[in-house]
Amino acid sequence: MTQLLPLVLQNATARYRRTTVVGPIDLTLDGTGITVVLGPNGSGKTSLLRMMHGTARLAGGSVTWACDMATARANQAFVFQQPIMLRRSVLENLAYPLRLRGLNKRKALDQATDWADRVGLGAILTRPAPVLSGGEQQKLALARALITAPTLVFLDEPCAALDGKATREIETILTEALAAGTRLVLTTHDMGQARRLADNVIFLLHGKIHERGCAKSFFDYPKTPEARAFLKGDIVE
Amino acid sequence: MGDLWLGIWQACVLVASADADLIEISLRSLQVTLTALVLASCLAFPLAALLTVRRFRSRRLVIAVLNALMGLPPVVVGLLVYVLLSRAGPFGVLGLLFTPTAMIIAQVIIIVPLIASVAHQSLRDLWHDYHDLLISLNVTQWQKMRTLLWDARRALLTAALAGFGRAMGEVGAIMIVGGNIDHATRVLTTAIALETGRGDFALALALGFVLIAMTVLINLAIHWLGRTEREGRW
Repeated sequence: MTQLLPLVLQNATARYRRTTVVGPIDLTLDGTGITVVLGPNGSGKTSLLRMMHGTARLAGGSVTWACDMATARANQAFVFQQPIMLRRSVLENLAYPLRLRGLNKRKALDQATDWADRVGLGAILTRPAPVLSGGEQQKLALARALITAPTLVFLDEPCAALDGKATREIETILTEALAAGTRLVLTTHDMGQARRLADNVIFLLHGKIHERGCAKSFFDYPKTPEARAFLKGDIVE
Repeated sequence: MGDLWLGIWQACVLVASADADLIEISLRSLQVTLTALVLASCLAFPLAALLTVRRFRSRRLVIAVLNALMGLPPVVVGLLVYVLLSRAGPFGVLGLLFTPTAMIIAQVIIIVPLIASVAHQSLRDLWHDYHDLLISLNVTQWQKMRTLLWDARRALLTAALAGFGRAMGEVGAIMIVGGNIDHATRVLTTAIALETGRGDFALALALGFVLIAMTVLINLAIHWLGRTEREGRW
């Protein structure tokens, strides 16, 4: 795998219509495992992910990788909260990133078929992706992100609005990706999921990192009153 | 009312008897219109895709002008093409005036803004849906355009059909640059204008019904081939 990390954010700031939505943030993302970004609505979780991924324009500071930017962009993927489906079949959606990278059509479709089987979409290869159920769409989006074997994947609430079964299927795919050496950074509102998956936690509040550390210590011994309140389920403003 | 029924009857007779003149001008109508449509689509679709994905200073102005040009008066286009292609004009040496090629040029100029504007609306909506994904996948401008054009192909078919309808029914410009010459540049619309001028309303109506039937049949055929309005397709 390409040496992508550490990812270093220095005073990184993102603005939306002149309002700072996240930052300034200093953060170094390194190592392996799953980092879960937690925080109430509007705390800047999605903006932080987009800033790290390079799809949110920086209003200040810097985001640097261990490799050049082009290599970094080519070796990471993003899964959106609302899966974006191309108006194509399941198979063509999966093959799309491979075709972009110049893989010939037959090889791309073969690889896409393998991935569809792995994530349980093998029986609906020819079905138009936009008519799939929410769970199927999210599995497809995840498989499409993983098919190019990225070093790092950002996931923005990948299980939002999914039922328990679909959530478990998504988490299985994530743990398989993790076992294959993919570094994962995800946001979630599901505390159960955060506890199940997280190796590290970043707790955001008002666009800034309020607390960060290994998952066990964060969940068992949160340092700040806001983090304690958040974990208890209280409303944190 | 009598002319109307007579027109319908005469249209049936003309079609049933496979009238040679009718077939000739119908085929020329199709040849000119479909050629113009293909050329216009080749220009309009990439233009619409470029305007969708590329941000540049005067982009809004270009889109506004393109929309305004949808209402371009065909007679004025015909006149401009006439001036350009006439013997004294800059392209006079090509000898294109009063040929089907001149008619195709005029039709292309008329329908490019229409096709590009309608296509741009569809592509803009699709770009709104795809934007984050394509940016995240770090695709090039060219790949963005190709993806949008391919995935919006059924909506683009509608844009092309709008252009087809406009070109097929066009009379002012092609009358000027084609000259309505028998066995050379006469098409259904110019023949209708001629017969109306002669006072033969029944024949003019008959030709009109043939024109309508052709337009409807070709639209239906393209819809069927394009498999639009089917479940899960766009």
